[in-house]
Amino acid sequence: MFEGFEGGRLPAAFMSAGTSSFTEFLSSVRPELLPGHKLPAGGGTEHLTPDATTIVALTFPGGVLVAGDRRATQGNVIANRDMEKVFRTDEFSAVAIAGSAGIGIELARLYQVELEHYEKMEGRSLSLEGKANKLAQMVRGNLGMAMQGFVVIPLLVGYDEIEDRGRVFSYDAVGGRYEEHRYHSIGSGSVFAKGSVKKLYREDLDTTGAAKVALEALYDAADEDSATGGPDLHRKIFPLVDVITEDGHRRLPAEEVERLATEVVQGRAADPDGPTVRLG
Amino acid sequence: MPFYVAPEQQMKDKADYARKGIARGRSAVVLQYEGGILMVADNVSRTLHKISELYDRIGFAAVGRYPEFENLRLMGVRFADVRGYQYDRRDVSGRQLANIYAQTLGTVFSESLKPWEVEIVVAEVGDTPDEDEIYRITFDGSIVDEQGFVAVGGSSEHVSGVLKDRFAADAPLSAALNTATHALARENGEERELEAANLEVAVLERAREHRKFRRIHGARLNRLIEEGKAGNAAGGTAPAGGSAAADGDDE
Repeated sequence: MFEGFEGGRLPAAFMSAGTSSFTEFLSSVRPELLPGHKLPAGGGTEHLTPDATTIVALTFPGGVLVAGDRRATQGNVIANRDMEKVFRTDEFSAVAIAGSAGIGIELARLYQVELEHYEKMEGRSLSLEGKANKLAQMVRGNLGMAMQGFVVIPLLVGYDEIEDRGRVFSYDAVGGRYEEHRYHSIGSGSVFAKGSVKKLYREDLDTTGAAKVALEALYDAADEDSATGGPDLHRKIFPLVDVITEDGHRRLPAEEVERLATEVVQGRAADPDGPTVRLG
Repeated sequence: MPFYVAPEQQMKDKADYARKGIARGRSAVVLQYEGGILMVADNVSRTLHKISELYDRIGFAAVGRYPEFENLRLMGVRFADVRGYQYDRRDVSGRQLANIYAQTLGTVFSESLKPWEVEIVVAEVGDTPDEDEIYRITFDGSIVDEQGFVAVGGSSEHVSGVLKDRFAADAPLSAALNTATHALARENGEERELEAANLEVAVLERAREHRKFRRIHGARLNRLIEEGKAGNAAGGTAPAGGSAAADGDDE
């Protein structure tokens, strides 16, 4: 009736004291379910999945915000215009992905189960550092696929309950983990987005202000990078904006993002290059 | 020296052994209330839980030998997480988990010399009260689909009897908690006073997003106990008599 449920019992591994890590457990009982299991060798396979593009994250007093555009591209083609690349991973963290979409979504899903599994097995959550390190190991586990062209770069944001502040962690393809201060951006439009955030960022932003900065940055990325999607007022497709504070994770309601994004677009009608910074 | 023991006798001995083991520990109750499902256990430990989360909508309560039901809990969490990852989060159900537990306990009971001295409850909160599911699984792998409330443990019949008199599916949380503690305090025909420190309490909250399971402890538990007592004193034995139904949502 259930796979692997023979002779009236689940495999012994289900009952052993064993590990609190879901990935480790899965690799011992159902390795074929892990992303990137048994990938055939050989290059030139990167055209098999589209690319997820730009993510922006920034901290503000008492929390952290992450926003992602909605476009996935395959070469010059827009593969998907309302893709979700920001994922709530638990009450106090979220992951956003850039790079090979098919692998990235699976990685985020696995990571989410990983955090929850640990919490249920151990009766307490991992520390934010622990979560960041765990993600680094999972990205490193994807190295074989990265070398075949399926590069996935995640960005982890979370609220550190011990230090009472929002934090941002970036990664490279080999699993290098770097803590970013104040703001960061990843993906194809990240160069432009990061430049934009850099000029707009202030230490005293509130949630709405931070969301506005992120939306301006994504607009700038979409303005310069063809793989990043801007706000689509006609189809009502707007970036996803997740906020994490001591009250936990919250995705901004679509109406609120629509209102802010419309303000950004209207602002650009008057001034196409966006808000300017005064010198001196 | 080989000797013959009738299978009936063998099973009876095992069942007696398991029953005795379970009767040594305290009971637990699981019951519906207006906002979902309430789980209460008589447990002084803050860390060795009798009540836990299995999945988004599914809770687990157990009595008996801790290492044995802890094993079952781990198994359930692993099974649910593998299943939810393999398919979708909605594809994990309380019925599946109850079946897995029943088969595992059944196999252990018939094949091992020593049966497991545990009795467990798997509860799943639905979108409406009609969709709630509460299963009781005993040491020999029997499974019962319970309606509204269930008690497990050595003197569960006695506790159920008390529960039955006062149970109301639409009672507010404080009243339901009062009913549960009232029943637990009358275990073994005795009459004790249960305090917050002796109670392990958790709810599967229907209205909650993502994961419905939440533990209740500390100040919130104390407040609910007080509210329950006040409501009970004001409204006689009717559980719905509590006018102080508003539950604070803070911890």
